Amino acid sequence: MNYLLKRILAVIPVLAVVAVIVFLLLHLAPGDPAVIIGGDTASAEDIERIRQTLGLNRPLPEQFFHWVGQVVQGNLGTSVFTGMPVAEMIMQRVEPTLWISALTMLFAVTFAVPMGILAAWKAGTWFDRAISGLAVASFSLPVFVIGYALVYGFSTHLGWFPVQGFKSLSDGFGPFIRHLALPVISGGLIYMALLARMTRSTMLEVLGEDYIRTARAKGLSTPRLLLRHALKNAAVPIVTTIGLGIAMLLSGVIVTESVFAIPGIGRLTVDSILRRDYPVIQGIVLVTATAYVVINLVTDLLYGLFDPRIRY
Amino acid sequence: MDTPMISRLEQRIERLRQQPRAIRFAARNPVLVAGSLLLLGILLLALFAPWIASHDPTEMNVIERLKPPSAEFLLGTDALGRDIFSRTLYGARVSLLVGVSVALLSALIGIFVGTVAGFNRLADKLIMRVMDGMMAIPGILLAVALMTLIHASISTVVIAIALPEIPRVVRLVRSLVLTIREQPYIQAAQAMGTRFPLVLIRHVIPNLLTPLIVQASFIWASAMIFEAYLSFLGAGTPPEVPSWGNMMAEGRSVVQLAFGIILYPGIFLGLTVLAVNLVGDGLRDLLDPRIARKL
Repeated sequence: MNYLLKRILAVIPVLAVVAVIVFLLLHLAPGDPAVIIGGDTASAEDIERIRQTLGLNRPLPEQFFHWVGQVVQGNLGTSVFTGMPVAEMIMQRVEPTLWISALTMLFAVTFAVPMGILAAWKAGTWFDRAISGLAVASFSLPVFVIGYALVYGFSTHLGWFPVQGFKSLSDGFGPFIRHLALPVISGGLIYMALLARMTRSTMLEVLGEDYIRTARAKGLSTPRLLLRHALKNAAVPIVTTIGLGIAMLLSGVIVTESVFAIPGIGRLTVDSILRRDYPVIQGIVLVTATAYVVINLVTDLLYGLFDPRIRY
Repeated sequence: MDTPMISRLEQRIERLRQQPRAIRFAARNPVLVAGSLLLLGILLLALFAPWIASHDPTEMNVIERLKPPSAEFLLGTDALGRDIFSRTLYGARVSLLVGVSVALLSALIGIFVGTVAGFNRLADKLIMRVMDGMMAIPGILLAVALMTLIHASISTVVIAIALPEIPRVVRLVRSLVLTIREQPYIQAAQAMGTRFPLVLIRHVIPNLLTPLIVQASFIWASAMIFEAYLSFLGAGTPPEVPSWGNMMAEGRSVVQLAFGIILYPGIFLGLTVLAVNLVGDGLRDLLDPRIARKL
């Protein structure tokens, strides 16, 4: 219980550092922060008004604590382009991104863990080599090249999946999954490769242990040996990689959304880059970093579930 | 062991000895050699781009736009009638330059910050907190945030891509320094009265280099992909630079008509990243089998 509390509290300094980095990026970048926030179209009065409302004339530490106070209350500032609150804009775009991320993770874990187990069990065979080859290949190709190749093959030529767009679950499960299939596969391959490699190497290590030999000598069936004895002991590093890989997954999703014209956080990022809408980008950075930290907190707390030797 | 078996083994050793050294090396390190050869080929293409290219990479020709591959335009033309083959060759220069620069920059900063963290306990706490915070931000978003604030050029792209890579290098360097500084040879050097800066340069940094070179090659590979992502999202090198990322970003609007505009630079980028990754894998296995499993 003590550990649990400590681990939860440890999130605070990380998030504080994230806030400092985001704050300093704006204030240390060459150029007047008010002009950057005001955007290209702002008049001199607009800029002066921004300077007043954000208190940009005050000392940096005072500005920082004022800004953090606002962020903690959920006020992420206003968009330069639309004039809407950034938090509201992100909320509007969060649904597709959450679905893609969740399904990508499901897809990657479902395939990667069995692939890694089999590769470790059959280490050195053609299957093992094929898995390593697939991993190296997906680490070498940009997500969007994979995405466009899938669209070219499966949508343009075969017509199995729509070329782009997003359908909400309320439009029915069929259209929903058909629109998400290609984005999930193209974004998920690299994550799958990462997980499969990690699963393979941890399983290899575990399979070399004495108790595995004992279990085999006892006459245990192979599936039982692999799943009950080996996988359980390999679970912690695998779960850690699932958590740490989220940053990679999110990067992939942001790019994939742009390929498939999905109106999520990734599209919001691209739109904001085009409009040089820094407040929105800043908000997206804060929200995704928080999500990443919380997810890793949860995976840390899950260790106890997979490995009863770990007690809190 | 009986005599015929020994003589057979001797014969085999003799045959191995007669093989040229290069072949023996290649047989033992197939991944490293394959990666190096592929990388060498791409380097040569990039270096001799002005002589190999059939057209000026920025020359527009509206009449010849979106042409399929032909004798004149080996890989066809893009939406502005520019030769994709020539642009791809020149794109290799940008991609390799960005990749190498990011690897060098993040390695240099990483050595400096990581060594400080490894030797000073107070600085260590602060530095590692900052690194944890940096690692919590998805790399692409940190780079995008920086790029929306600064003027786009090749050097700012290098900085933006290097920034999220720094924590990984710092962590590696720090953990290595923590073990190196307890080694007897460091104590011996200090006992002999070697001054600290000299200990650092002569004993600590050389021992960091092997794992760092391996790490740097992986950073080089991922930096080239990152460059493409940034351009694709509209936050990369200025549009007039013929980088692979810009080519693919421009190809987006005509992808249904001419898939090649994205495919060819994509294949070249993939091959280059693959080559660098293979070199990294090969170096890791060759230089230090002990760290092979950790990286």
